Amino acid sequence: MSISVNGEARPFTGDPRTSLLDFLRRDCGLSGTKKGCDHGQCGACTVLVNGQRINSCLSLAIMHDGHEVTTIEGMGSPGNLSPLQEAMVRHDGYQCGYCTPGQICSANALMAEIKAGWPSFVSDDLEAAPLPTDAEIQERMSGNLCRCGAYANILAAIREVIDEQSDQPAQGQEQVA
Amino acid sequence: MRPFDYQRAERLEHAAQLTADAGTMAIAGGTNLLDLMKLEVEAPDTLVDLNRLPMAEIADTDDGGLFIGALATNTATAVDTRVRRDYPVLARAILAGATQQLRNKATTGGNLCQRTRCYYFYNIDQPCNKREPGTGCGAIGGFNRIHAILGASDQCIATYPGDMAVALSALGATVETSTASGKRRIPVRDFHRLPGDMPQKDNVLEPGEVITGVTLPPPPGGKQLYRKARDRASYAFALVSVAAVVRMKDSKIAHAALAFGGLAHKPWHDERIDDLLTGAAPSDALFGKAADLLLDQARGWGDNDFKIPLARRALIATLREATGTNV
Repeated sequence: MSISVNGEARPFTGDPRTSLLDFLRRDCGLSGTKKGCDHGQCGACTVLVNGQRINSCLSLAIMHDGHEVTTIEGMGSPGNLSPLQEAMVRHDGYQCGYCTPGQICSANALMAEIKAGWPSFVSDDLEAAPLPTDAEIQERMSGNLCRCGAYANILAAIREVIDEQSDQPAQGQEQVA
Repeated sequence: MRPFDYQRAERLEHAAQLTADAGTMAIAGGTNLLDLMKLEVEAPDTLVDLNRLPMAEIADTDDGGLFIGALATNTATAVDTRVRRDYPVLARAILAGATQQLRNKATTGGNLCQRTRCYYFYNIDQPCNKREPGTGCGAIGGFNRIHAILGASDQCIATYPGDMAVALSALGATVETSTASGKRRIPVRDFHRLPGDMPQKDNVLEPGEVITGVTLPPPPGGKQLYRKARDRASYAFALVSVAAVVRMKDSKIAHAALAFGGLAHKPWHDERIDDLLTGAAPSDALFGKAADLLLDQARGWGDNDFKIPLARRALIATLREATGTNV
């Protein structure tokens, strides 16, 4: 069996217990994806599978035969950063940086989800297109913890990229404490 | 994690056959099961991967309802335009739970089968009748902030942790299952069970019985609410939750169906409450009576005593909002 990682076919023949996270880090040598809690609580291991963000620690590699995985290495590289990566640097959206790859993968998916019109817990109207307000971004990023507490700057970075990519700035932006 | 054999189910019959064996477990999203396997709370000999079975569809039913496949992800269900329009309580309940990453993996069937988050169940060094029958209940006399106030037994005071099933209970949904010998339809209100003296059994599924989906009745209309009280504003289990489907006519309640999360070993539904409300004019006195019915057998265990007044307030607040009374 084989998993496409950042566009490259990677064979998997290991122990069925191997998490997708361990496969990426150990077998593929892609250590950008981080192991935080290993129990789906912190979000440091967030990657995209077939375009959707998941916790790679809570999934077995063997279950992803034929799937397309995108990790932080697939989003940009030194000298060729993605807009989110650039914004995170510009806004100082991290201190230790351990949660950052997961934050960026998550935020990348978040932008696609808002564009696709997916509602969230804080959306007033389930049927209307959600506005990318600060409250929406915060709720949608609640699966990515930052123990350094860089949340305000992470939010600012995501906010900036969303605003840059949309014709109209979002309504209802609130101050973050 | 203990070693296991991995098998991919190619057909539903195959899955039913394989999971009939003790020691074999089905895996779909895996967000709860793999967590439990890492902790060795679960240690199956064989994992049967259901994910390649064609059970992810969400489809209209002949009677105007909606069928949600067992492998439809929580995300797929919550963003489905029919669910958002016709069953908003279900979309709201799903979106109130977990995180986007988890909802992208979690499935209808797996979510119904998720296990309690009781601290003692999760810790293999602690006694737990649910995990290891006969070892006792650590939560009784221990830390029990998140535990049940209704329907508990002297064997187990764990709660069912989910949100989705609470909404399904209010909607009167039906769980569809399949075994090697046939199919079964189980009202979701009867799917989960109370602990009694068999707390190891969360629900009525038999060995070799695989959930194929959930059927929703035709849209009930009315106001549909999901109110969830929890320790954090996001990504936390319910301490108390209320799912309500309330339809008004001529200033009276024409239809009411309520279900509660965080209170018991199953999504809690009390027919007496729905009966009391249906046909009545909304008032705080009426809502207070509904709360009296909900809580007439309630019992706290110390740390969770607060859930009794919290459930009362959550019920009354939900009914005020649903009926447009005093808001």
